[in-house]
Amino acid sequence: MIDLIGYGAFFLTTALIFSLVTLGLNLQWGLTGLFNVGLAGFVAIGAYTSALLTTPDDPARLGGFGLPILVGWAGAMTVGGLAAALTGIATLRLRSDYLAITTFGVAVVVQLVALNAQKLTGGPFGVGFIPRPFGSLAETPLLFNLSNLAIVSAVALITYLALEHLSRSPWGRVLKALREDERAAISLGKSARFYRIQAFAVGGAIMALAGALQAHFTGFIAPDNYLPILTFQVWVMLIVGGSGSNLGAAIGSILVWAIWAGSGTLTSVLFAPEQQARAASLQIVAIGVMLCIILLVRPNGLFGDRPRRARPGKGAEIATTKSRPGP
Amino acid sequence: MSLQFVVDGLLTGSMIGLGAIGVTLTYSILRFSNFAHGDFMAWGTYATLTIVGAIGAIFGKVAPIGPLSFGWPLLVALVAGMAFTALLALLLDKVLFSRLRSQGQAIIVVMASFGASMALRSLLEFTFTSRPTYFSRAIQIAMPVGFGIRITADQIALLLLTAALVIGVHLLMTRTQTGRSMQALSQNPALARIVGIDVARVVRVTWIVGAALACVAGVMIGILVQIRPFMGFDMLLPMFAAAILGGIGSIPGAVLGGLIIGLAEASAVQLIGAEWRAAVSFIILMAVLFVRPIGLFGVRER
Repeated sequence: MIDLIGYGAFFLTTALIFSLVTLGLNLQWGLTGLFNVGLAGFVAIGAYTSALLTTPDDPARLGGFGLPILVGWAGAMTVGGLAAALTGIATLRLRSDYLAITTFGVAVVVQLVALNAQKLTGGPFGVGFIPRPFGSLAETPLLFNLSNLAIVSAVALITYLALEHLSRSPWGRVLKALREDERAAISLGKSARFYRIQAFAVGGAIMALAGALQAHFTGFIAPDNYLPILTFQVWVMLIVGGSGSNLGAAIGSILVWAIWAGSGTLTSVLFAPEQQARAASLQIVAIGVMLCIILLVRPNGLFGDRPRRARPGKGAEIATTKSRPGP
Repeated sequence: MSLQFVVDGLLTGSMIGLGAIGVTLTYSILRFSNFAHGDFMAWGTYATLTIVGAIGAIFGKVAPIGPLSFGWPLLVALVAGMAFTALLALLLDKVLFSRLRSQGQAIIVVMASFGASMALRSLLEFTFTSRPTYFSRAIQIAMPVGFGIRITADQIALLLLTAALVIGVHLLMTRTQTGRSMQALSQNPALARIVGIDVARVVRVTWIVGAALACVAGVMIGILVQIRPFMGFDMLLPMFAAAILGGIGSIPGAVLGGLIIGLAEASAVQLIGAEWRAAVSFIILMAVLFVRPIGLFGVRER
């Protein structure tokens, strides 16, 4: 029983950290329509920044500044937000696909830096000894897991409420207006690019915060935690939950993580140890197919509020009859 | 710095360029960046590998052609692999992309291609495991050609093949009615439809050309480097960067962009170290986006 509660707390903590990433993505994609396929990169930036700031001094690499955990989180959000803002500045005046390609590149480069800049990131072996909140409770796993869950839930709840507030605020309404009808919003004097950069930066900061939380929860990070599969998982979570809805983002994350962890357990029971790696790839195939089916059948997900109206404009579609006359 | 990087760069550049042709065609005609294009490459390569194996099982060991490391089975298998990859692309378009395209939101198609890419690659990992394989394990002697440059017979053959394919595609695009229809559709879809261009046919040709070239690029990587399920995914960023550097929609641009990125990567490997190779295309991509987002031969979007 105690074990079960312990595992439940552990599971929920991980799921809530995922929800945090999904909330960040929902701000970027669901609310603003910005496509980020490199979110693993922003999560990694947060994790590494916080780890660098809070770990004890390590002669093998730069820093280990031993700062308090909260400073680490603030640093993670700042650096993650800045990285996202820079990405936005470079690409948001161009077609939406350019942002997708650039974020993809950001994830590749972050992965490369994590692997190769040994002095900064510890290379392939990662960074250990990341201080854990309530580390003193580690002897009693149940209490430790529950206190971690409490912290992560608190952060997730605060972020959720803040995002709900933001999306109803004038700021959020401008974003929705831009998503629905860019030209109308611009004609009201709103700078589309500036608002989008802001939304992208805030989303990036939330993702970085989630990365930092995860790092302090596990106490150890390595480049392998931030592969494209992470990006993919979070996208599925958002699409299942329904893009545009913060509640959907949170619930979709828990649901998909349950499916993921459950099918992982199932494959480890069903397949012999030497076949596990292959079985794991089948798990990814299943989730990938699921994403495509949801996009085809129920593009709004469980809670989505995104109206299905083709946006006339930059991405002139080939198969619709509606087309903008040339200049 | 030895001049060897020129040969290495031209070869990498050919692989990137052949892949980038497909990326630039899908982008300009179907209007989305296809994240599954790299996985077409890997699927084509594994298909070719499987067919080579099947031919070997039927006809026994076949002597390689002249100084090359491969014989006629590989050439036959390559053609079959190209056909297979084209069919795969057409199938994926039929069940997934064309339906989402008709819903009208371009970026949803991009997302679906991302999901499809993940599924395709993992399916390869499941079938063939992630262990690298090779077409041939024979070691080729590189012959010196002066200026400190050495080149193998395979490398010469593949460079010639690339040149022939690029010229062929260029002629297809500029000298045939099909090619002109493709250009028309990419420049002005509404007008193209009004003058009676068969859109479905142009879409088919686009997928076939792009996927077949992706297969060739993949097989080149297979012959010169190694075959892995991730081989195509790792080429995605260089291919996108090449397509954007060359200017979206331009075939000579995509090839030139590929060659520039290939040469830049090869010289970076010599100057900085092989581990930073993948960053080169990102830096070039960012530079293009800041300085000249329409690329070298791009047309300003209307």
